[in-house]
Amino acid sequence: MMNLESIPIQAFLIVSSLLFCIGIWGLLNSRNAVRVLMSIELMLNAVNINLMAFSSYVDNNLIQGQVFTIFVITVAAAEAAVGLAILLSLYRNRVTVDMESFNLLKW
Amino acid sequence: MSIAVTTQFICFTVLSLVVLIGALGVVLLESIVYSAFLLGGVFMSVAGLYLLLNASFVAAAQVLVYVGAVNVLIIFAIMLVNKKEDLKPSNDIKSRRLISTSICLTLLSLLIRVDLTNVWSLSNPQNSIGEESTIRIGEHLFSDYLLPFEVASVLLLMAMIGAIVLARRDVMTKDISTGLPVDQELIEKSSEPLLTNKN
Repeated sequence: MMNLESIPIQAFLIVSSLLFCIGIWGLLNSRNAVRVLMSIELMLNAVNINLMAFSSYVDNNLIQGQVFTIFVITVAAAEAAVGLAILLSLYRNRVTVDMESFNLLKW
Repeated sequence: MSIAVTTQFICFTVLSLVVLIGALGVVLLESIVYSAFLLGGVFMSVAGLYLLLNASFVAAAQVLVYVGAVNVLIIFAIMLVNKKEDLKPSNDIKSRRLISTSICLTLLSLLIRVDLTNVWSLSNPQNSIGEESTIRIGEHLFSDYLLPFEVASVLLLMAMIGAIVLARRDVMTKDISTGLPVDQELIEKSSEPLLTNKN
């Protein structure tokens, strides 16, 4: 394995796949709403690792993947701010962060 | 940046182990505060992976935005909503766990199969752009990605205003029902929550 000239792209892809699946597991299984937001951040980071690996290994001259990563980071920051604001306002109304009790839209 | 391949392998192994173990800690640990700090560690290690991919600008942006802003925001949110509460045990938690774990493992096996079997058309030589990547990103942002760049700024403005509107307390000078002036000290105490007894 050490006679390769660089790290194979598959290593980065496998790490990002594992990170994405951990994020999905946390998203589906968390009761705490803050942890759900953290799981979403993990999934976004997995996507970013994928984009960066492809931009470095496949699209080497026009690194468009890095530009996309910057846009994803921007959208993730906006999403985190709005998500936590919604969480605060929900907490003010329900006095809990339990995902099971957020059923305001249920009829 | 060109360092020896063995060093790159060692760095990659350490960083990806930190990322994966930290991510598992984020989703599995009981204490939400430990999860938040582990999340910061995960973000830092992801920035290290970007450095291994010769992307110093994106690594710096990752540290600034994720560790400096998003993680701090999450820690503040935990501080504001951190109340010890005993969650009601949900009735079918076992089957739910089982179904979600099997979904995740299926997706993981599919993804890893694609990763390993697909033949990627890699460019040669790899990682040749090196430190020029920051210049190239700037050229992209101000030529062919100019419209997304401007739209992203509008998006950030909208998110900022939306977050302020959603998170602020309504401060009124008059009580709506009686018309009397409101005691401003009472606003700091949380008023009676409207929806709690409607479970």
